[in-house]
Amino acid sequence: MTANPELGRPDAARGTRTAARRERSGFLGLTGRDAGLLLLVIVLTMAAPVLLNPFPATSSLAQFNAGYPDLMQRFVIFGIFAIGFNILFGLTGYLSFGHAAFLGAGSFAGVWMFKLLGMNVLLAIGASMAVAALFSLMVGYVSLRRSGIYFSILTLAFAQMSFALAYSVLTPITGGETGLQLALNDPRILGESVTASGNIPLPSLFGLEMRTTELVTFRIEGLGVWAFPFNVGYYFCAAVMIVAFYVSIRIFRSPFGMMLRAVKSNQQRLNYTGVSSRPYTLAAFVISGVYAGLAGGLLVSMDPLAGAERMQWTASGEVVLMTILGGAGTLIGPVLGAGLIKYFENIFSKINKGVLEGWFSVFPDGLSDVLVTIVYPFVGKGWHLTLGIVFMLVVIFLPGGLVEGGQRLGRVFRRSDRKGLGVEAPAADTRAKAEE
Amino acid sequence: MGILEVKNVSKRFGGLQALGDVNLSVAENTVHAIIGPNGAGKSTLLNCLVGKLIPDTGSVMFDGQSVLGRKPHEINQMGISRVFQTPEIFGDLSVLENVMIPCFAHRDGAFALNAWSAVRRQTGVREQAEAILEDMNMTSARDIHAAALSRGDKRRLEMAMCLVQEPRLLLLDEPTAGMARADTNNTIDLLREIKEKRDITMCIIEHDMHVVFSLAERITVLAQGTPLVEDVPEAIKGHPKVQEAYLGQPAEEAA
Ligand SMILES: Nc1ncnc2c1ncn2[C@@H]1O[C@H](COP(=O)(O)OP(=O)(O)O)[C@@H](O)[C@H]1O
Ligand SMILES: [Mg+2]
Repeated sequence: MTANPELGRPDAARGTRTAARRERSGFLGLTGRDAGLLLLVIVLTMAAPVLLNPFPATSSLAQFNAGYPDLMQRFVIFGIFAIGFNILFGLTGYLSFGHAAFLGAGSFAGVWMFKLLGMNVLLAIGASMAVAALFSLMVGYVSLRRSGIYFSILTLAFAQMSFALAYSVLTPITGGETGLQLALNDPRILGESVTASGNIPLPSLFGLEMRTTELVTFRIEGLGVWAFPFNVGYYFCAAVMIVAFYVSIRIFRSPFGMMLRAVKSNQQRLNYTGVSSRPYTLAAFVISGVYAGLAGGLLVSMDPLAGAERMQWTASGEVVLMTILGGAGTLIGPVLGAGLIKYFENIFSKINKGVLEGWFSVFPDGLSDVLVTIVYPFVGKGWHLTLGIVFMLVVIFLPGGLVEGGQRLGRVFRRSDRKGLGVEAPAADTRAKAEE
Repeated sequence: MGILEVKNVSKRFGGLQALGDVNLSVAENTVHAIIGPNGAGKSTLLNCLVGKLIPDTGSVMFDGQSVLGRKPHEINQMGISRVFQTPEIFGDLSVLENVMIPCFAHRDGAFALNAWSAVRRQTGVREQAEAILEDMNMTSARDIHAAALSRGDKRRLEMAMCLVQEPRLLLLDEPTAGMARADTNNTIDLLREIKEKRDITMCIIEHDMHVVFSLAERITVLAQGTPLVEDVPEAIKGHPKVQEAYLGQPAEEAA
């Protein structure tokens, strides 16, 4: 306390200045929470080859290991696809059913770079993003003249048209039914057409081949052997996803992102507030189109062939499912949704009758047969059924997706913690009620 | 010449003549009230001013420029803000964000690709938004979802969103409907204060005669889509035609 008001003032000024400095610092311009989320994603993606292989390679549970390069690449690539889709759908509420067209266009552009210029993945990805940007600008410009269901139908129509064209009349560009592949006689003017050993060269980052994998094994006597594949392609995709995720956080927290949320909340009010919503939605559409193109470019960088089916409406629907399943409009949700769906598609689908019989063999014969008959429709080729049920349950009980599920769980734990303390329980209860 | 000149505007919905040949002149820096029974066409007239409806005939000039054929956001950028009869706010956004959006629209125009810097770094806009919330006595609600506000608070929020843009013409469609008496009086004080502080023209539709006679400098009475009379408040109070068409109605209507 000071009696002299002149002394009080500089103190106050210093106080606000340090507050401002604290705001300005923080990790890469993010607030604590967002920085934490980004760090979490970095840690999880970097450790994925270990985390996704929890079962010894020699055990019967090894088939639940999702940590092989091909699948890990898909996790992060489709994560990128869904992160971008969420910028459009999650923020503005405009539901596109045609985003696979941009992923497909990006894939074709990438393969053409490999054919014409060279095998550097940066070339392919650059071209993928550029082509997807132009294409989504065109589609978005037309489709965004309408909103709601009409917008969705327009995007669907565009995508199906692209798919049909890619499959037929555009065969010289897209490879038609067989898809677009690399050949020994491609020019590749910036690199070599054929390697010294007479093969088609492989996609690489300045000579570092995407296919390269370092397999680290780890043995615990009496328990088994763990195998962790560290793959160059995966780490490249993961690095790109981290950047893509970071960019999406910046967009979410920016005035632009706030305008997009305002579009979703009340587009009329936004217009009467002096904001033209169309350029905002178009920008969001193109940004999400570029994300899709980036995903397409990464897909061909891992495996340099592209087919028209990548543009089909089922592929567009899949990214919608991923986003809603994980939590539309949340930052991390789309990544979780993409992971879950790809896990189902690749792991759940591999549980066949033989595997089930193995599991249930501990039961008496009759019971084991009954169990196998009950469970079988939900696994193997029936994985869609399980996914469908999971999707319905999430939409009905957790409209905010997996993220909402996580938040509710967190709240339950916090509440029981408080109860344990006894004293704070009533306060915690009212707070929880207010939150609901 | 008034800042707003409405000439021979008519609007028909199917068989209903909602507006028939309306002429209205609002002088700059005055408060002009439009009163009239329900269904008289008051909101329809405002809709024609902000680009929500295009009148069948006539012209609407704001500050010497035609408003007709312009998009709503262009009309707003000319300096016209509107408070709607049923509150139009961003329900999913926080109260503070609701007020920041018009600040951005005022600062950056109809579109700006400001996608990299964080909202919380926009200190100028933030201070502006916080100041208007302070003026509206809504600081304590700044972080809650706007959808959770009471009806009266939603109205005050919408008013804050309009005022923060410092419009030249403010259109208010029944701004105190659904408000508690105390809030109504606060609103009257607030609008008076704004009026004293800066140059602003207001066009206010109101059922509450207490509000009308506290604020208006001129009053137009609208009935069945046509203006009956236009005069200063003292003259309107005793006007026989008005008594008949409007004030003569059941007491609670006029109260
Ligand atoms: N969009 C519309 N379509 C059809 N009729 C309308 C529309 N808007 C208003 N009306 C009709 O026009 C008349 C005037 O309505 P309005 O301007 O809302 O009156 P008020 O003076 O109460 O604001 C009413 O009879 C209303 O039903
Ligand atoms: Mg009305």
